[in-house]
Amino acid sequence: MKIDSQILDPAEALGCTLRALYRAHGYVHYRMSKFEEYDLYSRNKDFLVSDGVITFTDTDGKLLALKPDVTLSIIKNSRPLGDGVRKLYYNENVYRVSKGTNAFREIPQVGLECLGAVDDYCVGEVLWLAAESLRACAPQFVLEVSHLGLLKRFLETITDDPALTAALLQCIGEKNLHGITALCCANGIPDATAEPLRTLLRTDGSAAQTLPAVEALAEDIGAGAEAAAFRRALSIFDGYELQSQICIDFSAVSDLRYYNGVVFKGFLPGVPERVLTGGQYDRLMQRLGHAAKAIGFAVYLDALERLTPADAPYDADLLLLYDDSADPAALRACIAGYIAEGQTVCAARAAVPGARYRSKLQFRNGEVTAVDADA
Amino acid sequence: MTPMLNIALPKGRLGEKVLAMFEAAGFPCPAIHETGRKLIFENPEAGVRYFWVKPSDVAIYVERGAADLGVCGKDILLEYAPEVYELLDLQLGRCRMAVAAPADFRDSGRGALRVATKFSNIARQHYAARGRDIDIIHLNGSIEIAPILGLSDVIVDIVETGVTLRENKLAVVEEIVPISARLIANKAGFKFKRGPIDAIVREMAARTEEQV
Repeated sequence: MKIDSQILDPAEALGCTLRALYRAHGYVHYRMSKFEEYDLYSRNKDFLVSDGVITFTDTDGKLLALKPDVTLSIIKNSRPLGDGVRKLYYNENVYRVSKGTNAFREIPQVGLECLGAVDDYCVGEVLWLAAESLRACAPQFVLEVSHLGLLKRFLETITDDPALTAALLQCIGEKNLHGITALCCANGIPDATAEPLRTLLRTDGSAAQTLPAVEALAEDIGAGAEAAAFRRALSIFDGYELQSQICIDFSAVSDLRYYNGVVFKGFLPGVPERVLTGGQYDRLMQRLGHAAKAIGFAVYLDALERLTPADAPYDADLLLLYDDSADPAALRACIAGYIAEGQTVCAARAAVPGARYRSKLQFRNGEVTAVDADA
Repeated sequence: MTPMLNIALPKGRLGEKVLAMFEAAGFPCPAIHETGRKLIFENPEAGVRYFWVKPSDVAIYVERGAADLGVCGKDILLEYAPEVYELLDLQLGRCRMAVAAPADFRDSGRGALRVATKFSNIARQHYAARGRDIDIIHLNGSIEIAPILGLSDVIVDIVETGVTLRENKLAVVEEIVPISARLIANKAGFKFKRGPIDAIVREMAARTEEQV
């Protein structure tokens, strides 16, 4: 059966496009249950985007949860990978607390994970697929990319105190340069000590323009190796026609306890929040007992609702009213004629209150007549 | 066509001051100076649209993308933790978030400390960091009378001059954090309207440094 792509809503159509993109690059569809043992989330609570988890007790007394996250389940169920990489994609719903309503929401996500002997090419490929995922949503996008390994080296020039590091990381995520200054001042750290970090934060823009400056800053603090790793990851975009839309921005941060290498976020014009997040999370793999690397990202399909065109102004093009005189076969043939012309037809004895139709017709004794719009 | 830059201004004296800063940064809007009850003003030539909103709502407009930029107090940012960029400390509207109590108050550490406040999250985080058990009494105004009437032991509130506290026989027990107005930006809007936003940040930063 041929499916008319016009009937798919934009999120469904995008989900299909992204799945095809990931499959073409050797990513295998990963299917999972809606439920997961709650223990997995309670042990890794900080990794979750929101605090709340919907829990319930299974018939055997086990505490289960409706999945608030996909990545943890994929890692948990991952088998030993040897020297290979496992490339998976998913199309799942997760259940999280919405910040605005403080109530649970079902959030559709499409994403991918690459686990195992992740090398520079794998990291680059995931970045490239993230960019292409955004391009599938809208031609004008921004993929901001940061490198936590490099950022961590800059943070270490200021402090090794975990609480202060976390506070600085929050300021970095807010592009809050004055906050960094204030934190250093409050902790007795000379202002000049934070200048390399502040300069790094100010150094944002397209990779081609910005990377040399980042490398120079990194050399100054002895972090040339991390800068070189960042360059290798971004080299996948050499010659990419939308290179200017790939931006280095160190305000793209994630939790240092889980993430280590590149981290990235995707934005689209007209959507006020990020529509894609991802990163390399080798530390999470280690915490869950896997001696392997991993990188992945998720596209938040719910955030894309803003890109959806306004709802159609009519429920159907035609309302075809009929009465007891209508012969079902003749009525059906009449409807088929309109559908063949490309119109949508709702046959009914009367209009539903509130429903809107482009025009109303009356089918009586095999004849079709126009009905006064106000009738 | 260049997209309009949407700016949420806090109603009141602070809003008037920051409007002058935006206009000096090259985004004038003559219509906003006309008297009337309108809340939205545009200057298509300058590519800017201003709107007056309740100060505590500015962060919501910016976080949700209705505004690309806005100005709001650090108290609002700490209380609601909106997902926005905090680009500048404008050094305007300076005050402090503080714990205040009757002059003879002493926290014996016994039982939960009853804290009346509009800023529940700030109070919760402040006392959680000290490991002090508290009972939050969320109020929307006239916080100062809560200890007088025995509703609470202390209050957590914004203190500007301290006159209101003194008149209600309260005193600052502990300062939590200094507060001032901040220039905030929507994260997505920042990516796609970078040119005008950078111009505003440069100009406002220069003016702020002059003031300090």
